[in-house]
Amino acid sequence: MIPVQDLFASAPLLIIGGSILIALILEMVFDSQSSIVAWFSGSALLFTAYWSLYHLYDRGFAFNNMISISGRTQLLFFIVNFAAAVVVMFSMDYIKKIQTNYGEFYILLLSAVLGMMLIAAARDMVIVFIGLEQMSICFYVLAGFRRKNIKSNESAIKYFLLGSFATGFIVYGMALLYGASQTFSIPEYLAHVETLKSNPIFLLGSLLFVIGFTFKIAAVPFHMWVPDVYQGAPTNVTAFMSTAGKVSGFAALITFLSPFIDYSARTTGSAKFFMPFLATLSVLSMLYGAIVALSQSDVKRMLAYSSIAHAGYMLIGLSALSYEGVDGVLFYLVAYTLMNLGAFGIISILETQDEKMLKIEDFAGLSSRSPLLAAFLAVFLFALAGLPPFAGFFGKYFVFVSAVENGMTWLAIVGVISSVISVYFYLRIIVLMYFSKGENTEVVSVPKSALLGVFVVFIMFVIMSAFPQKFEGIIHTIGLLTY
Amino acid sequence: MEQNLILLYTLFAPLVGAMLLLFLPKEKEGLIRAFGIGVSLITFFLSLAAWSMFDASKAEFQLQQQFLWLSRYNISFHIGADGLSMIMVLLTTFLTTLTLWTSWSGIAKKVKEFTFFMLILEVGMLGVFVSVDLFLFYVFWEAMLIPMYFIIGIWGGEQRIYASIKFFIYTMAGSLLMLVAIIWLFMYAYNDVHMYTSNINDLYKIGPKIPFEIQKWLFLAFTISFAIKVPLFPFHTWLPDAHVQAPTAGSVILAGVLLKMGTYGLLRFSIPLFPQSAHYFAPAISTLAVIGIIYGALVAMVQTDMKKLVAYSSVAHLGFVVLGIFALTPESVQGAIIQMVNHGLSTGALFILVGAIYERTHTREIDAYGGIAPIVPVYSTLLLIVSLSSIGLPGLNGFIGEFLILIGAFKSPVLNNWMFSIVAASGVIFAAVYLLWMYQRVVFGPVKNEGLRALKDVTAREFTIVALLLVFIVWIGVYPATFMKITEASTAKLIKETLTTLSIRY
Repeated sequence: MIPVQDLFASAPLLIIGGSILIALILEMVFDSQSSIVAWFSGSALLFTAYWSLYHLYDRGFAFNNMISISGRTQLLFFIVNFAAAVVVMFSMDYIKKIQTNYGEFYILLLSAVLGMMLIAAARDMVIVFIGLEQMSICFYVLAGFRRKNIKSNESAIKYFLLGSFATGFIVYGMALLYGASQTFSIPEYLAHVETLKSNPIFLLGSLLFVIGFTFKIAAVPFHMWVPDVYQGAPTNVTAFMSTAGKVSGFAALITFLSPFIDYSARTTGSAKFFMPFLATLSVLSMLYGAIVALSQSDVKRMLAYSSIAHAGYMLIGLSALSYEGVDGVLFYLVAYTLMNLGAFGIISILETQDEKMLKIEDFAGLSSRSPLLAAFLAVFLFALAGLPPFAGFFGKYFVFVSAVENGMTWLAIVGVISSVISVYFYLRIIVLMYFSKGENTEVVSVPKSALLGVFVVFIMFVIMSAFPQKFEGIIHTIGLLTY
Repeated sequence: MEQNLILLYTLFAPLVGAMLLLFLPKEKEGLIRAFGIGVSLITFFLSLAAWSMFDASKAEFQLQQQFLWLSRYNISFHIGADGLSMIMVLLTTFLTTLTLWTSWSGIAKKVKEFTFFMLILEVGMLGVFVSVDLFLFYVFWEAMLIPMYFIIGIWGGEQRIYASIKFFIYTMAGSLLMLVAIIWLFMYAYNDVHMYTSNINDLYKIGPKIPFEIQKWLFLAFTISFAIKVPLFPFHTWLPDAHVQAPTAGSVILAGVLLKMGTYGLLRFSIPLFPQSAHYFAPAISTLAVIGIIYGALVAMVQTDMKKLVAYSSVAHLGFVVLGIFALTPESVQGAIIQMVNHGLSTGALFILVGAIYERTHTREIDAYGGIAPIVPVYSTLLLIVSLSSIGLPGLNGFIGEFLILIGAFKSPVLNNWMFSIVAASGVIFAAVYLLWMYQRVVFGPVKNEGLRALKDVTAREFTIVALLLVFIVWIGVYPATFMKITEASTAKLIKETLTTLSIRY
């Protein structure tokens, strides 16, 4: 018999799970051209986002400590649901434009969200794995959703092959972890971390597990799939993958590494043995992402490399393995989700049926064709570049602080160097939008729902930029609630 | 702590104005221009009100206003002004108003966007000067790049894209290294007093305690970032590009206020936070400053483009300011501060005059002119007075600043070498050479180009703007005490505390 409080605690999961089933039925019953499934999934996602926000300060476990509903989980629930709801708004016109208006899209989206929420809530390796597979399989399908388009197919196959490879790492790592500790429970790891820390099999297993997830967060050298998949997948799917997908990758890493996080900040102890590994990945990702993005001519590809660089910045916070670091990563994740969603949303609006408007040169003179979209995109790009007073800057500041605090000033220095490099490619789009005259003078037709989506993201982002202390405070408080 | 809202109003008046501006219809350009000037004028009056409440006899920050911001790191939105901030605020609000007025004819396209960015830029500049919190300072310091980038990039000359990107990346590279130093300083402060603090008054007490080996690096990170902004030789290469490509309004603001942010940073942060390193590096930096004076003057001499000539003259003038700052005597620092104001007024006026003639003939080549004195007598007179003030003729403002800097540097116990003054003084002669030579080639001689005969003299608007600047140019030249006494107390405090830390007797 499942206890009632467990069911209540896992309500967000159940709501999304139930919505998937209802959406399936709706899809069967109604005409495939009607947008009822879209409206239904959008409302379900918004409701769940609201629900998790309302229960932000709840704490506790459910289902034999296999899932946790403590603060951080609810925040992650909110991010992925909010992101998915915005993606639904982007998609309503976009999937008609690319002639793939099937209700399955929203069902797959909901299923992916369910997987992400499982990852976020999991305090047991098996749940992490179930969530990961649920999410990844939906992503493989979504990436290939333009099934008549060769690039989309390529993207799906690449993602599937490399994704399965990464899953292999994770499963193998889990096997070793179980062998070393006879348990899949993360709270158990936390309880016995002192003995497990000196167990080489446990460490090897941890390393394999972490490597598996660095595939998902797109960190160098496990980033190979990112540019092709981000470019080939439909833009709305890319928007979702690059934000919520990365959020869940980090959620899993934070959850798994939490036993190793030093609770008394600013002590140097054996707890930091993941530091060199994560710091190396971080340096490689930042520099590689920033440098390679310089030479891209496709805007989606450029943003793919930029997302690799951003994974690097967030890894700075994680490699500090401290409370401040994790809080910084969470702040960064929220900011990054908003900026990237906004940028990709605008690109999905601008993209034409025959895949025009994806080259960087196509943005020339956008400020006269569509002043509003150009202004929004400029704000998002400046924020991605990490300029104050936008939230992206505060995110960077928090992770840099955590690095310096833990004696890794050099990591912060590498971080600022790569920030300077990356300014150039973000500015390049702004230069084209504002300083150049384009040949194309056609006024952009903007679908209302997508514009609403961009607008919602923009407002959230402006609030976050103007009052970073509020978000920082929330994240700090719920960080204390977790465990 | 006494709270006073006046600086907050001054800081946010342009922001509110910019937001309201967004609701004005794009087509009504006259209305938008008038609105922009109105908002900047209100800001100017607010800053005058702040000045009236300001007590110049006190050295510490006044008119403070503080809100807790990022509570975890004890960062607050803390603004206030001492003498140095006050005079910079007045300069900023004054020049912004004049600049917006100047651009009535200079800016023909996208007037709404231009006014919007100018007002946002004003917020950024004022924020830099009134921040009492180091983190807040950094936020304004960086944020101000965005509007300036657009002003150069949208309304600039032919190579505006190159110039704007160079300006942006150059400045940002410097300031991001400063960010790491800032974080490092915060962490050191935390370990020292077991409390996060980013208030500069607290950091002033902690900075000098940092071991010299580390302090050196922090000093360099801060100072290089400021040196890029000043720009100190050899970090000046972005300046001619930015100046030449920027529209007149952009050049005036760039020369008048933005460059001062660099020297302001040196006075506010580099020296009092890291006095030992400042002492250690003072001869090296002063040498660079003197090289800048000579180099800027020599390069200005051979320019064929009037705007470029004025741009290089900025390098030379700012060299004087940096020399005065690092000489660390009351005279030289007071001279440096008044020279910061002078340069804003004189070079601003030069850019306005060059811009005015460019609007008529669409060329800035010196060779294209000649013999315009009888055609445009008022213009020629104004240009002469402004050039003489830039040269440093006694009785006009430039002389006061340069003279004080030179005597201060001559007897400076920190530099302890009078060669700096001797060599720098030759820069004054060079300044006379390049400016008077330009003046001669443009204004006197035979009329080279028949098209010039149709040249129209200054309009009433142009005349009023330059005349307003001239009022202050003469005022400072004749009776500088009005302005010097604003900064007197805070300069004395800075020198006294720095030299006490260094145990140098003065």
